[in-house]
Amino acid sequence: MKGGLVAGVHVHADRDVCIGAGLCVLTAGAVFDQDDDGIVIVLDEHPADAAAAREAVENCPSGALSLTEDGSP
Amino acid sequence: MQRNGFDPAPELAELRAAEGIERIRTAFGLEAWVVTRFADVREVLSDPARFSNARLQYAGRAPGLPPVSPEERARQLAGNLLAADPPDHTRLRRMLTPEFTVRRMRRLEPRIREIVDEHLDAMERHGPPADLVAEFALPVPSLVICELLGVPYADRAEFQARSNRQLDLTRPVEDRMRAGRESREYMARLVASAQADPGEDMLGMLVREHGDDLTTDELVGIASLLLLAGHETTANMLGLGTLALLRHPDQLAMVRDEPERVDSAVEELLRWLSIVHTGTAKMATVDTEIAGQPIAAGDLVMCALPTANRDPELRTHPDQLDVTRGGVGHVAFGHGIHHCLGAPLARMEMKTGFPALLRRFPGLAEVPGTAVFRSFSIIYGLTSLQVTW
Repeated sequence: MKGGLVAGVHVHADRDVCIGAGLCVLTAGAVFDQDDDGIVIVLDEHPADAAAAREAVENCPSGALSLTEDGSP
Repeated sequence: MQRNGFDPAPELAELRAAEGIERIRTAFGLEAWVVTRFADVREVLSDPARFSNARLQYAGRAPGLPPVSPEERARQLAGNLLAADPPDHTRLRRMLTPEFTVRRMRRLEPRIREIVDEHLDAMERHGPPADLVAEFALPVPSLVICELLGVPYADRAEFQARSNRQLDLTRPVEDRMRAGRESREYMARLVASAQADPGEDMLGMLVREHGDDLTTDELVGIASLLLLAGHETTANMLGLGTLALLRHPDQLAMVRDEPERVDSAVEELLRWLSIVHTGTAKMATVDTEIAGQPIAAGDLVMCALPTANRDPELRTHPDQLDVTRGGVGHVAFGHGIHHCLGAPLARMEMKTGFPALLRRFPGLAEVPGTAVFRSFSIIYGLTSLQVTW
């Protein structure tokens, strides 16, 4: 899936910042989940659906999510 | 914050189009900066260190408010997440997040569907015309939050009346404060019985799992906020949302006939209606600026959510209701650490409620002239709406 000419992304989650709003699970359920306490878990750090991951990161209310383009540090 | 039918006040839309930000006099007689653009609203809501919810509660007493002893004030604010900053807020919120996960809401779905269907059955038996607010929009979320929280549904008439009084800006402030005090006294009795015999509901869970970390005042405050926020908000979205769809028949038909559109439709209705006019007012903690406008430490800042959600930077043709384009990127539930805790529940109730109502009564129609808007309430919506089918 990754590599070659397809630009991938790397998602990060700061579980200390997360407020458990769950928006990321709604927008990118293949990438994010919540543990029993409602706090974010990253299921797929290099998601194929970068657009959904970007939407989740942009809309995260607490700012717990971030994203880097693969290849950048 | 006045409204113009479904739309934000035109004056606020003008402020959004102008440079910088403006100061206005709020309903409580205090001066506040009003932030109207989407990007600026998100900036303010994302930064509790610069814009505090808690500080205002102690410092920003509006002129004319009756004096309250510090002990009484502390009791009023205990457990109120909307009046807290980190780390207090974080501590309280983390106790509640497990109750509102997406997975937990999916488990609730069958019961929500049952409650919706029971109310539609009752409406059908009652026959047209019926008041959509009294028969459907208000009782459905009220029963859901009662069951979740552990509040006797038989008490609904009294707690609904109290919530209404608390939020109604046409009432004298003393009366609104009295309603708040009565709500807390009512909840204190429920908390006391949960402490004696904790049940399987949320009150029981809080007592069992966090009874040692929470004071009784905090328990009462949390539960009072959840009860009020749990029924007032979704009730008004269901009522006002139905009217919006009735007045846009092509959009209504899509919500009724195309189940795959429902998620998007709910997000678009949330954005377009933005029933919470402003989140909790905030106080600047430091000298700062918003949109180039210097703001002094101690100044009040309010975020106009309806105007932000109609910002052309957020959506093209923002004043148009288009249920096919909804997405979660709006601020109807707020943003930042105070983003609505119950949002997943509200979404589930709406995703279940709207299509079920429209499918049960495909000929649903508004009785012209019967829609009564709640013009002077902290949460916008309809007081009543007669419908036929």
